[in-house]
Amino acid sequence: MASTVIHAIYTDDDVLMNAVKEVKKKHLHINDIFTPFPVHGLDKAMGLAPTRLAITAFLYGCVGITVATLMMNFIMIEDWPQNIGGKPSFSYIENMPAFVPIMFELTVFFAAHLMVITFYLRSKLWPFKKAENPDVRTTDDHFLMEIDATGKDGEELANFLVTTGAVEINLIANEA
Amino acid sequence: MAHYEAPIRRPLVTGDKTYHDVTLDIVAPVEGRANKSWWIVFSIALVAFLWGIGCIIYTVTNGIGSWGLNKTVGWAWDITNFVWWVGIGHAGTLISAVLLLFRQKWRMAINRSAEAMTIFSVVQAGLFPIIHMGRPWLAYWVLPIPNQFGSLWVNFNSPLLWDVFAISTYLSVSLVFWWTGLLPDFAMIRDRAVKPFQKKIYSLLAFGWSGRAKDWQRFEEVSLVLAGLATPLVLSVHTIVSFDFATSVIPGWHTTIFPPYFVAGAVFSGFAMVNTLLIIMRKVVSLENYITVQHIELMNIVIMITGSIVGVAYITELFMAWYSGVEYEQYAFLNRATGPYAWAYWSMMICNVFSPQFMWFPKLRRSIMFSFIISIVVNIGMWFERFVIIVTSLHRDYLPSSWTMFSPTFVDIGIFIGTIGFFFVLFLLYARTFPVIAQAEVKTIMKSSGERYKKLRESGQSLVGTGADPRTSGGPVKINLDGAYIAKPQELSKGETVIAEDNHGAESLTDRLGSFDAATQKADDLKVINGIGPKMEEKLNVLGIYTYEQVSRMTSNEYTLLDNLTGSFPGRAERDDWAGQANNLK
Repeated sequence: MASTVIHAIYTDDDVLMNAVKEVKKKHLHINDIFTPFPVHGLDKAMGLAPTRLAITAFLYGCVGITVATLMMNFIMIEDWPQNIGGKPSFSYIENMPAFVPIMFELTVFFAAHLMVITFYLRSKLWPFKKAENPDVRTTDDHFLMEIDATGKDGEELANFLVTTGAVEINLIANEA
Repeated sequence: MAHYEAPIRRPLVTGDKTYHDVTLDIVAPVEGRANKSWWIVFSIALVAFLWGIGCIIYTVTNGIGSWGLNKTVGWAWDITNFVWWVGIGHAGTLISAVLLLFRQKWRMAINRSAEAMTIFSVVQAGLFPIIHMGRPWLAYWVLPIPNQFGSLWVNFNSPLLWDVFAISTYLSVSLVFWWTGLLPDFAMIRDRAVKPFQKKIYSLLAFGWSGRAKDWQRFEEVSLVLAGLATPLVLSVHTIVSFDFATSVIPGWHTTIFPPYFVAGAVFSGFAMVNTLLIIMRKVVSLENYITVQHIELMNIVIMITGSIVGVAYITELFMAWYSGVEYEQYAFLNRATGPYAWAYWSMMICNVFSPQFMWFPKLRRSIMFSFIISIVVNIGMWFERFVIIVTSLHRDYLPSSWTMFSPTFVDIGIFIGTIGFFFVLFLLYARTFPVIAQAEVKTIMKSSGERYKKLRESGQSLVGTGADPRTSGGPVKINLDGAYIAKPQELSKGETVIAEDNHGAESLTDRLGSFDAATQKADDLKVINGIGPKMEEKLNVLGIYTYEQVSRMTSNEYTLLDNLTGSFPGRAERDDWAGQANNLK
């Protein structure tokens, strides 16, 4: 069956927020909203689950500090201990103050880069990726709400969306 | 919606700016052409850069002996320049990360350029240790890789190796932070681009950014966490740079105050460099409404505070030298202030401690010219600070028969000038091709901190619906179900602005734009407007449009009508913002 969606375009963030609440009240399904800037509170209004990227950053940081510890323990203590200024070369923990800077740097390095890579992969962002915003105006000053209209009366839906403040409504039929 | 901000706060975006204005103002330098002064400055920077490359090649082929180093002063301009550039590189991440954590909205106008400056100056800094290696192609030996020369590893007890890790982490994390913030802005340029090549390049750079609600949610979380990670990182970098000196046993270097003192100094010089660059840039690319005098004033306050911290550190060093009772230590500082390098010491004192104190006076810190001069003075002073710390501590060492002076050779000077040239080459290219202000972020604060919306709110109006710009929005609601076009009169809620209805060309353009009376008015040269050529001017004249005044009244309705009537370059007028251009001309 061909699925249809409705693209409702708004020109103001506050109008959009109110519209999202109205649409939610009607129990319509919002597929996506494309905005030119982060509209605060929009994710909550749409009912999006909170992102877990911060948690991944913490875990990646743990990986970083572990890598740093294992690496320096192997290099400085196990593989080739050297007497450097009389610092204890036989025990990681006793020589640790000298290793703190690198432990810190690698924690940050792993947490930052792996989190950003996770973000890029989850949001499908990479070079040569085609942009998927349906209307180029959504990176300037327009806001586009995509609503699932499969099996619904387009006319009625359009009239309802006009009352929420939409300035342009397009019905898109996906041949599938 | 809560866009409230205390009325006492001055607007961060001045002028009558809507969301669409932000787009247009920030994209203007990218879509426009470089002017003559840009080419002149770029050529000078490029020549300096090429001279620097020449001197680097000379160094690599002839060895470090081509520098002015001697057996007593074994470290001079190379490390001075390295620390100077790393210090300058501190402001960017400080502005974007620390000020983000403190929810300082004024950072949004300057963070993009400050981060660019950070990355470009850390690149300059990185050059010095690499060429100081003598055989730069072996630079990878600083990495902890097992090598074929026996089981010998890098020394993790050494602050020089900590530097390798700190600076490369700092550079790469700053780059990623900067690029992530750039994605939505590249996407904005991509979606406006009409030339296929431009469109291709910006599509590539934007990584396919689409602006989904979920993407924005992640984007904001990532920005916040990166800011949280970058804040201790930025402090650690200059702390570790200061360890290069503080962990040694040289009098004048061997002080525990170095880490905080170096970090404050780095922030100090970094903010000064941001001021230097932005005071010029805001003028050249007409962003005075975004980088306002208030921004410059706030930067000056940071410069004043960090300058005072640096001053306290200088005095503490003197006190500690005396109080320690160590003669070597005492002599090192006495020699700095009264010895043969006293001129450098007092230049440093005047530039870094004395000059920022002028910023206590509101009149001075709000003066753009004065801020610019002080920002240059501070950068000179901070170069002298590093020179004083490094050379004056070395040139009179424990053995008086080895006492000597340092004088740089043309190679030393050439490499330094070359890095300044390289820095400006990168920054000038950036200013022409990148969105120099984080426009997506600025749009989020328009309704709370933009002058237009502050005024609307103060007049008691609701801000709901005021994001629409007549040049891109308005007209009847367009409904397109199965390709059929139905125009419906818009239902207006209370307080909403009424936008003129489109009756499909039944009235002529001049009814709305005002007619031109040849007897009393003079026709303007419409070709001045970017996007209007002689042909288009002719067409406009046929339609009765002769003046800037008329063009400045055009909205998206008139643009559509015009496109229908002329049939050439659809969308051109809106893209080039003829109305806005005409408004500036009239």
